Amino acid sequence: MARITASVYTSHVPAIGAAIDLGKTQEPYWQPVFKGYEFSKQWLKDNKPDVIFLVYNDHATAFSLEMIPTFAIGTAAEFTPADEGWGPRPVPKVIGHPELASHIAQSVIQQDFDLTIVNKMDVDHGLTVPLSLMCGQPPKTNFAWPCPVIPFAVNVVQYPVPSGKRCFELGKAIRKAVESFDQDLKVQIWGTGGMSHQLQGPRAGLINKEFDNAFLDKLIADPAAAAAIPHIDYVREAGSEGIELVMWLIARGAMSDVAGGAAPKVAHRFYHVPASNTAVGHLILENK
Amino acid sequence: MSLEKPYLDIPGTTIFDAEQSRLGYWLNQFCMSLMKAGNRARFKANERAYLDEWPMTEEQKQAVLARDLNRCIKAGGNIYFLAKIGATDGKSFQQMAGSMTGMTEEEYRDMMVKGGRSVEGNRYIGEDGDAQAQHQPQGKAGKK
Repeated sequence: MARITASVYTSHVPAIGAAIDLGKTQEPYWQPVFKGYEFSKQWLKDNKPDVIFLVYNDHATAFSLEMIPTFAIGTAAEFTPADEGWGPRPVPKVIGHPELASHIAQSVIQQDFDLTIVNKMDVDHGLTVPLSLMCGQPPKTNFAWPCPVIPFAVNVVQYPVPSGKRCFELGKAIRKAVESFDQDLKVQIWGTGGMSHQLQGPRAGLINKEFDNAFLDKLIADPAAAAAIPHIDYVREAGSEGIELVMWLIARGAMSDVAGGAAPKVAHRFYHVPASNTAVGHLILENK
Repeated sequence: MSLEKPYLDIPGTTIFDAEQSRLGYWLNQFCMSLMKAGNRARFKANERAYLDEWPMTEEQKQAVLARDLNRCIKAGGNIYFLAKIGATDGKSFQQMAGSMTGMTEEEYRDMMVKGGRSVEGNRYIGEDGDAQAQHQPQGKAGKK
């Protein structure tokens, strides 16, 4: 039986990817950000999953306004890092896990979540920056991510985005789907995006440390309460792009305590302002 | 019956909802076209001619030519799409976001390093925070 062993939460700021790609991680501006992920890189080596189910959002890259799926699961064998206008990031292509992905798609749709199934999709910084933060830059001699990744894209670009509650419930359905897969796989689920940030208008640059840290507390100890936060609170308190935090609730909903198991272990918690326009938040929760 | 839009009372913020998306469809699709290197080159060679290939409004075209991102957003643009114009110009997300505040690049970067813009006074229109209409533009860039 496959099972979810842990969940990882992290911001996916494009400038973090640029800092890694351009070798700026030791500059004073970036040093504190990357220091916060040193533990995480070692943790991922020590707790290597067989598959990562990576919840992220596409930033007008694979999906233009021609099609706007609310929840899209990548079932392809591989996914190419996209050219977002600055040229593609120099990172390995993403190897999928079509068997598990299509199993999850079928199971989750049967649990009343109408996913869009995507067999051809480039992946942008929303997906590759979390991989870079957690895995570091893969060596040239073995230029690959450590394991297959199932991309799961959520619309948080055009409002209304799915509610926190809907995302949390979806996480529960994903856990059930994973646990009904016959192969003995260790699966991690990652929720990415956030934390507080606003990229537009005269209110650009908004950061709300109090909101962010209260959100982290709630996500750990009382995820149902975090899931009850309405859209408007994210927008007003955490900025128009802070709404990406609903994606963290998908990962949190897939943890076993939500289904009656033991509370997860907080393996790591990190928070830093700023990375470009954004507050960086990061958590690792392990299922016991 | 009208749609519920509880976010209209937030200062300095335009939520990209179904209505804005409808208004900005061609503006945003023009932006998407800039993800191809050949199109970026054609746009740079003659911006007006390239824009005229798209069924955009004159206001949208003027806003793009002026690189006035606040105007673009008002006309239905979304920042993730508009970012393709920035990429074409060699601008970072921080430079683009900062340009909408009236601050210079340095002023905006300093604000972020100091912890970012406070939410105090910036939750509701009518308060007195720095993102409110009465305090625009916020920096030297807008006071030229």
